[in-house]
Amino acid sequence: MIRFEDVAKRFGDHVVLDGLNFTVAPGEFVTLIGPSGSGKTTILRLLMTLEQVTSGTIHVDGECLTHVRRGDRLVPADEKHQQQVRKRIGMVFQQFNLFPNMKVLQNLTEAPIRSLGLSRAEAEARAHELLDLVGLSDKVHAHPTQLSGGQQQRVAIARALAMRPDVLLLDEVTSALDPELVAGVLRLLKDIAETTEITFLCVTHEMGFARDVSDRVLMFDHGHIVEDASPDKLFSEPDHERTREFLSAVLERG
Amino acid sequence: MIWDWDYFWEALPIVVGDGLWITFQVTLLGSIVAYLLGMVLALLRRSRIRVVSTVTWAFIEFIRSTPLLVQLFFLFFVFPDFGLKFGPVTTGVIALGLHYSTYAAEVYRAGIEAVPVGQWEAATALSLPRARTWRAVILPQAIPRVLPALGNYTISMVKETPLLLTIGVTDIAGAAFQEASSTYRYVEPITIAGLLFLVLSYSASLLVRWLERRVGTLH
Repeated sequence: MIRFEDVAKRFGDHVVLDGLNFTVAPGEFVTLIGPSGSGKTTILRLLMTLEQVTSGTIHVDGECLTHVRRGDRLVPADEKHQQQVRKRIGMVFQQFNLFPNMKVLQNLTEAPIRSLGLSRAEAEARAHELLDLVGLSDKVHAHPTQLSGGQQQRVAIARALAMRPDVLLLDEVTSALDPELVAGVLRLLKDIAETTEITFLCVTHEMGFARDVSDRVLMFDHGHIVEDASPDKLFSEPDHERTREFLSAVLERG
Repeated sequence: MIWDWDYFWEALPIVVGDGLWITFQVTLLGSIVAYLLGMVLALLRRSRIRVVSTVTWAFIEFIRSTPLLVQLFFLFFVFPDFGLKFGPVTTGVIALGLHYSTYAAEVYRAGIEAVPVGQWEAATALSLPRARTWRAVILPQAIPRVLPALGNYTISMVKETPLLLTIGVTDIAGAAFQEASSTYRYVEPITIAGLLFLVLSYSASLLVRWLERRVGTLH
């Protein structure tokens, strides 16, 4: 579903990713863990085209996101091409990023109408269904600022799902939440992961959650994959010293 | 006695009748031109096409760096040589609107940049078309915040309308001056002009302050 080939990303002299290769199978739930600054979030941002690769290619479901073929050369993809490919990808952000000038309902219907071409009735039906799923049916006409952080994040999740994405990117979605609201959001995500075919790529510091829902966990350090294993293996008997160090540091704190 | 109340009351309706409406009209229409054109300039300034944004930048700098009076003369006395001829009031509206549009453009720019980058990213993640992102997400958040600043430029504009006297538009100041010239009594008409500007500017600033409070409670 997702294939990174030899991807490098530099910001000026600062190398974030270098020669990165990995694939994610359709329907897989893959969690990226590692110290901050190890490039996890950059991977999600590259997939969402919020950043552009310095070199290398990214494929989503066989289609190249980063480049297009012109003659016999690969050239960087233009905005239009990226727009096509990224329609299949959704993203949930740490800071929710709901549109504060719109009510909850319009937050959910705006993109399906304008980007997918749904009718208002179809989009609203879909929105009601999703608000029901995330347990916020009574907030249809609320403004985002009237909601708690946990509620805002649920709306943001519903908003991403309204685009019927094949791939959903979760960027530290509980890091900005009050501790008591975290569990509810994680439970919701687990439900969605278990009941849909969506491919997940998740950056999180919630190790319990990562262990619980992931099919695979990738441990990152300095832009490289240190270890790529099933959650049981990675959390109970990691092969690498660096993974052990990181996990003991994180788990000690938690 | 220098001050004559009888003459004051006699001159007041004349100055109001001849000048107030013109000042009001020119300021209102000038503001509309400035706000709309300012928005266009702000968007062109952000264009991804290098030539467009550079030319817009140069235009804004040029207008801001030259006096309104010179621009007014240019429009009124030079443009007709190139076949562009407008009446004095229209010229005044265009000059004020054009001049203040460059300031409005800067105000819009600041407002647009104040919208968190996460809003753009969310729009990208939802594949919202770019034009729609502007219209439905960015501008609705940017414009309310800058309304007070725009309002302050309208207040400035009220006080610039006497410049139009130079191209034959009779605003409040012009009407007062005409009245004074016909009676050779200056104290009362010119005082009236001052009072009228005070009333206009002050009520406009009350409106702006009210807007500021409204905006403060938004979102």
